Amino acid sequence: MNAITHHIPDTMIAAYVSGNLPHPFAMVVAAHISLCAECSASLGAHQAVGGALLERSDNVAVSSGMKTDLMAMLDTPIRSEPIFDAKGIFPSPVMEALKGKPPRWKTLGMGVKQSILTEVGGGSVRLIYIPAGQAVPDHSHSGLELTLVLQGSFSDETGRFGVGDVEIGDENLEHTPIADAGDACICLAATDAPLQFSSFLPRLLQPIFRI
Amino acid sequence: MPQKKQETSQPTVWLVLVRDLRDRAAFSELFDYFAPRLKGFLMRNGTGSAQAEEIVQDVMLTVWRKASMFDPHRAQASAWIYQIARNRQIDIIRKENRPVPEELAQDPGSEPDASQILAIDQEAEHLKTAIEQLQPDQKDMIQKAYLGDLTHKEISIQTGLPLGTVKSRIRLGLRRLRKELEGLR
Ligand SMILES: [Zn+2]
Repeated sequence: MNAITHHIPDTMIAAYVSGNLPHPFAMVVAAHISLCAECSASLGAHQAVGGALLERSDNVAVSSGMKTDLMAMLDTPIRSEPIFDAKGIFPSPVMEALKGKPPRWKTLGMGVKQSILTEVGGGSVRLIYIPAGQAVPDHSHSGLELTLVLQGSFSDETGRFGVGDVEIGDENLEHTPIADAGDACICLAATDAPLQFSSFLPRLLQPIFRI
Repeated sequence: MPQKKQETSQPTVWLVLVRDLRDRAAFSELFDYFAPRLKGFLMRNGTGSAQAEEIVQDVMLTVWRKASMFDPHRAQASAWIYQIARNRQIDIIRKENRPVPEELAQDPGSEPDASQILAIDQEAEHLKTAIEQLQPDQKDMIQKAYLGDLTHKEISIQTGLPLGTVKSRIRLGLRRLRKELEGLR
């Protein structure tokens, strides 16, 4: 299988580490890092900067009883939270968003399907299923869009994206991704604003399908 | 030049004791070292004293409970605790669950590699020195970025910090864990 060639930019990893990335993008970054040793090392480097800043930050005394209270809490049994392990093509952050269940696909026509994982405000994260050889309708973005390939591959005006690769789209990217031959292409896609389709019909369908 | 003493950083030693032996004395030391720093760190971006303490308590409890996930081949204690603190702060303030990457748990049977752990410590020391040498405005910008006071669009970190060498060290640590995974891909 091919190595990952499209990574998360360093500044975006810094934003992720510091908790500055909106939730939909944080999900894609977490999923990519789960698959990518290179970005995982980047994550570690930024955490090291955070750690260095923590070590040199001002000491502010905590209340006197706090430590005693805390030491007494160490034996409290914890309500164990479910752990969602990676399954098949889905890394654990995606399995967690799916709550361990298989995706519930909704058909968008032409064999294209989607499964919305979360939707908050204008932003959303979804899984998109594109049959081999099929194009995703021409669209542009009013905000940022991150697309992580989980199965198969797609190509567009900017290049080819295989498993683990991330495409970063913004206002300036108007593209027509086409799934390559072979396995159907399954992607994790996040936006902080609704997508805008260039052709007339899909725009009408947009509110219906919540693309 | 005098030979620099080569020892694993004290907080990392304490955290490994907590991880392996559930050592309360070591945890107490970790608390004394990190709780006031965490409180200071959290209060820098306007979190009030009471809420900062609530988060510090939560973070330290998480440190105790999740210690099994700590791997000194990949991170110093302070880096690991920093990430827990930022995640807990966001979970508590924004009431959302932060997506976190898959954790590659260490094979309990694998022997610790002292030279790798030391190398991670050395890189962290380089990083600290480099941060100290930054111009005040750069230092301020970095503080803001890692405290979460800048939006992701505002972050453009070109600080000249030696992140490349840190990364390559961490990559070596990861390789220990990733071997199996790489084989599968
Ligand atoms: Zn990557």
